[in-house]
Amino acid sequence: MVSRALTVDADQVAETVRSAGPRGLVARGLGRSYGDAAQNAGGTVLLPISGETRMDGEDVVVSAGTSLHDLMRYLLPRGRFLPVTPGTRYVTVGGAIACDVHGKSHHRVGTFGATVVSADLVTPDGETHRIGPTQDPELFWATVGGMGLTGVLLRATLRTIPVETGWVRVDTERFGDLGSLTAAMRESDDAWTYSVAWVDTVSRGRALGRSVLSRGEHALVGDLDGRRARTPYPLPGEPRLAAPSGVPDGLVSRASVRAFNGLWFHKAPRHREGELQSLASFFHPLDGVGDWNRLYGPSGFVQYQLVVPDAAEEVVHNAVRRLAAGGHASFLAVLKRFGPANQGLLSFPVAGWTLALDLPARPGLASVLDDLDARVAEVGGRVYLAKDARLSARSFAAMYPRADEFARVRDRVDPGRILASDLARRLGL
Amino acid sequence: MIDALGRPQSLLLLGGTSEIALAVARAWSDAHPVVTVAARPGSRRDDAVAGLRAEGFEVEVHDFDAEATDTHPALIEAVASTRDIDVALVAFGVLGDEEEAWTDHAAAVRLAQVNYTGAVSVGVCLAEVLRRQGHGTIVALSSVAGERVRRSNFVYGSSKAGMDGFYLGLGEALREYGARVLVVRPGFVHTKMTKGREPAPMSVSADQVAEAVVRGVAGRAELVWVPPLLRGVMSGLRHVPRPLFRRLPL
Repeated sequence: MVSRALTVDADQVAETVRSAGPRGLVARGLGRSYGDAAQNAGGTVLLPISGETRMDGEDVVVSAGTSLHDLMRYLLPRGRFLPVTPGTRYVTVGGAIACDVHGKSHHRVGTFGATVVSADLVTPDGETHRIGPTQDPELFWATVGGMGLTGVLLRATLRTIPVETGWVRVDTERFGDLGSLTAAMRESDDAWTYSVAWVDTVSRGRALGRSVLSRGEHALVGDLDGRRARTPYPLPGEPRLAAPSGVPDGLVSRASVRAFNGLWFHKAPRHREGELQSLASFFHPLDGVGDWNRLYGPSGFVQYQLVVPDAAEEVVHNAVRRLAAGGHASFLAVLKRFGPANQGLLSFPVAGWTLALDLPARPGLASVLDDLDARVAEVGGRVYLAKDARLSARSFAAMYPRADEFARVRDRVDPGRILASDLARRLGL
Repeated sequence: MIDALGRPQSLLLLGGTSEIALAVARAWSDAHPVVTVAARPGSRRDDAVAGLRAEGFEVEVHDFDAEATDTHPALIEAVASTRDIDVALVAFGVLGDEEEAWTDHAAAVRLAQVNYTGAVSVGVCLAEVLRRQGHGTIVALSSVAGERVRRSNFVYGSSKAGMDGFYLGLGEALREYGARVLVVRPGFVHTKMTKGREPAPMSVSADQVAEAVVRGVAGRAELVWVPPLLRGVMSGLRHVPRPLFRRLPL
């Protein structure tokens, strides 16, 4: 897959989009999508557009090409934080809006799109639109979760929240099976700002589905002891470890994943309250290892993240059993309870359960995931486009019923379909 | 697009009535690719298309004559005008009667034109499209017969040797454009084309060749042998001295 990657200034974006060739153009952030959302074979890829960051009252005005890593390093010393942070800081603001990403706070505050006060979007006709929930909401809700197919974001104004410290008070609890985990999350997730669970999806027999639930609140100044009180805002640093290149296939195998899952489970306390973790280690544990994806070897892996409505929890249990039976070992399986959906036409979350899996690409996986797609679509669920690299056009159509409305907005702002990506081609978007 | 698990959304079969080509389509059936059958009009093509449609494939049909090379550019452009070509299978070829192939002038020329000139012709047209797309894979059905040409079928073998070399080179040339070429070297394949011939050792079915194609595309391979063991065998045979080689029962 080859495309032309360009870096231009904000004032050249309109001209660059207008003069895109027959294979079109898409904006790319830091390229951390697991799939082909920011790839454009034969066409143009626009690299992040930098710019200055400034506060506007309690909101922050930031260029779309700014990473959440840099943004957090700007906000924390000012006692502010983002209400929504995904599992990595190495994504850009533009990418976070285009994928309408979510974090451990979704059940309380919704997606990244919900934090956007307004944004500036360049459409293929060269116009710059100021969009937001109250300004051209039609184009705004097509852009939030729109995978970059409505235009190129230049900058955004985001809501921030006050934090007394850069620490999180974390409660950790272990569960022997999936059923007791989901019962606990149903019962008491609403009492916590942040909540996520790790699930063992590889062990055999009764250990299958054992899990560790971790929930947190921003720590107050009074929660910090002497040493931590002296650094109330520890800044997230750069990765300290890097995975080597040239790892062969098979390192992430069923055996190694099972061993890892066993360790992870037993290292977690049965129940521990009030442990202090830095924001970086609580929200972005994988950011500590650079290029961790290399550990999967040349065949690589796919991410599969599904969501199903509350009433269809059984689909999650089935998915875990099915993948385990097929020998498809997920290094990390994450379960989270989502709050209500927003108005984003292609936004992923719906109220219910989301399960995210990292699956090594091996024979037989394709058909298992195809079957899961069908089950998920049947109950009104969907898979996450930001992580997808293998969904079919027909499954997509079944999962995203508002795709027609999305196409009508694109007819308005991009009738020539200049904005294009491999994901768009694959899904018939 | 070819997805992350190596499955195409569109499949062009050049020589779409060949058993191996149809087996390749079936091997990808769970990915539901749109299949474009390019072949000479006639009952064989009608049967192939009807069979694919009965199995649930969306099928498009184009007239294709491997010898009519001046029609190839327009044909490939027509196929590429509706959707990206994800995988193109160069599956046409003639075996002919081995003795006639070097004693009958017309038969020899035709074999060379179909198997070599025709293959080069579509290869150049496909390369043009794939360069523009920035992605896509050409699968060229070669043969171990081309790896060391033998007395018993040397006209066929030499034509395959030529197309094999062309496609390996094309793969190198296309690397920087994001496109790929997979050269497949099967041994003896049980098909209509080889019916009535004495099977060579390690013979395979069309389905086995198809499986190798599916795996090769998913694994981004450049050259595969079917069965894989043939790689070692052929590697050895290449170095057998000629006086000994001609005595081998091959």
